[in-house]
Amino acid sequence: MEFPEDLKYTKEHEWVKVNGEIATIGITDYAQEQLGDIVYLELPAEGEAVEQGEPFGVVESVKAVSDLYAALSGTVLEINDPLVENPETLNEDCYEEGWLIKIKIGDPKELKNLMDCKSYQAHIKEETA
Amino acid sequence: MTTPGTTGLILEEPLLCEQSVKGRIGFSLPPSGVPESNLSNLPKSLLRQKSAELPEISEVDGVRHFVRLSQQNYCKDAGLYPLGSCTMKYNPKTTEAASKIPGFANSHPLSTTEGMQGNLKLIYELQEYLAEISGMDFVTCWPAAGSHGELTGMLMIRAFHESKGNPRKKVIIPDSAHGTNPASAAICQYEVITLPSNKEGILTADAVREVMDEEVAALMVTNPNTLGIFEENILEICEVVHKKGGLVYCDGANLNALLGIVRLGEAGVDVLHFNLHKTFSTPHGGGGPGAGPVGIKKKLEPFLPTPLIIKENGTFNLEWSRGQSIGRVKAYFGNFGMLVRAYTYIREFGPEGLRRISEMAVLNANYIRKNLEGTYHLPYSKPVLHECVFSDKLQKEHDIKTLDIAKRLMDYGFHPPTIYFPLIVPGALMIEPTESEPKASLDQFIEAMKTIAKECQDTPEIVKTAPHKTFRGRLDEVKAARELKLRWTT
Repeated sequence: MEFPEDLKYTKEHEWVKVNGEIATIGITDYAQEQLGDIVYLELPAEGEAVEQGEPFGVVESVKAVSDLYAALSGTVLEINDPLVENPETLNEDCYEEGWLIKIKIGDPKELKNLMDCKSYQAHIKEETA
Repeated sequence: MTTPGTTGLILEEPLLCEQSVKGRIGFSLPPSGVPESNLSNLPKSLLRQKSAELPEISEVDGVRHFVRLSQQNYCKDAGLYPLGSCTMKYNPKTTEAASKIPGFANSHPLSTTEGMQGNLKLIYELQEYLAEISGMDFVTCWPAAGSHGELTGMLMIRAFHESKGNPRKKVIIPDSAHGTNPASAAICQYEVITLPSNKEGILTADAVREVMDEEVAALMVTNPNTLGIFEENILEICEVVHKKGGLVYCDGANLNALLGIVRLGEAGVDVLHFNLHKTFSTPHGGGGPGAGPVGIKKKLEPFLPTPLIIKENGTFNLEWSRGQSIGRVKAYFGNFGMLVRAYTYIREFGPEGLRRISEMAVLNANYIRKNLEGTYHLPYSKPVLHECVFSDKLQKEHDIKTLDIAKRLMDYGFHPPTIYFPLIVPGALMIEPTESEPKASLDQFIEAMKTIAKECQDTPEIVKTAPHKTFRGRLDEVKAARELKLRWTT
């Protein structure tokens, strides 16, 4: 399983890529593997506000339906439309083609609540122990 | 020892629409006594432009169709069906016979109360039996499913708090509770607070104390929980919740472990639902609708759904209006046929028999657990009651997942257990044999599970590509979910 070093991670298995004021959010390799084949995605509309730790969308796989939790607070700038049409991309490429939403970061201080790739991997280990 | 799975000739069967032959008729109708009506007065938008594409088949086509489909099926009457959390016990034929007694089977839901005295008496007595079994004060039999019982119970809890001036905002639910609990609380407009269970797989009073305040309307707990473990702190947990004015809702879906042994009402539970289709053996799955009666304590009595059955001088009447009632939750009188079956089941077994049912259900689950411990990973070591949860942790080393193990079980002649639930166990295999199984069938199941574990090491490909002996091989579940086809087209 891959966990790129330039990303930040949450306990709920989302990743964040920060680029200035903009953050791109997706789910991790571990999350997509746990979910299994993904069949449906529900994402917020552009302009909607999301709040750190709160659900912003839904992902449905053949195994389960799960909430997607916002890694940071902010306003949705863009959603990955092609992904909604082809949710299987999430299983194939969760870090590049499989990004979910881009937001304008509301509070940069929240970044300190996120994990780096090392502590995230430790978190997974703990969860599966 | 041999396992029951073998091969056999199963006949291919196309859809009825595919078998349709223009002009073929399977019955003849007598001349209609109703005069033809003139449809030209109807607006055009309401008239069908193209005739419906109904299959045209003969009687023998229809009979063969359904017989062949039934031969492709697997059912409790054919063998072990260890779906954890579902309590797929054998449905005794006496209960079926009772439900077919003409007085019950042909009764009309709109007949007068004088005309349905027998039905009302049966429901009234069933309510009393369920109250006696659970230690609750009153029971309503109207909800048509477990989740419907949850909703009814939560609506009563909300009405209770509203009557005190504040409906409150939150409901606490442990992560080992049934999956429908958070949905029921959310539909009643409560915010759900998820509480993690501890390393032993149970809830502690301290964990509840930490989040309990005067905005918490209720705690929803499943006991025994979805790991099959008894929530042994239930007494203290109820005290903590009551101290802040909250109520305790218990999901009774796993009551099959407790009959005649524990009365949850005495532990402090305020609302409890029963799954008649689990514990009291009314058919479910494809076999029939559910029934989810709800038991309550006296303080919730004003909020019971209408109508209430009132017994006066040996006659049963219906009370339709009550000031604080949550109102009706179901048309007519619940899923009445299920109530007849559950009533018969309780009467047939009696108190001693019901206790024996739970004892055997617990014994069977523990027999499987003990025999498969070590072969499959047991995420929680605490003793269990009516079901046990393993994971695929040991088999993952050979790149084999829970799903593969479940599919391979079919080749050995067993229905797979519940998989990937509860969510707190990654790759869960949740096994509930119920009391229906004799030791010989449990031994065959254990043998199959052990053989599969060995195959995971020696010949993993066989497991990964299973099932091999079934009528169809591994189905493409993803395609079925992604490309939904909900109607037949030529």
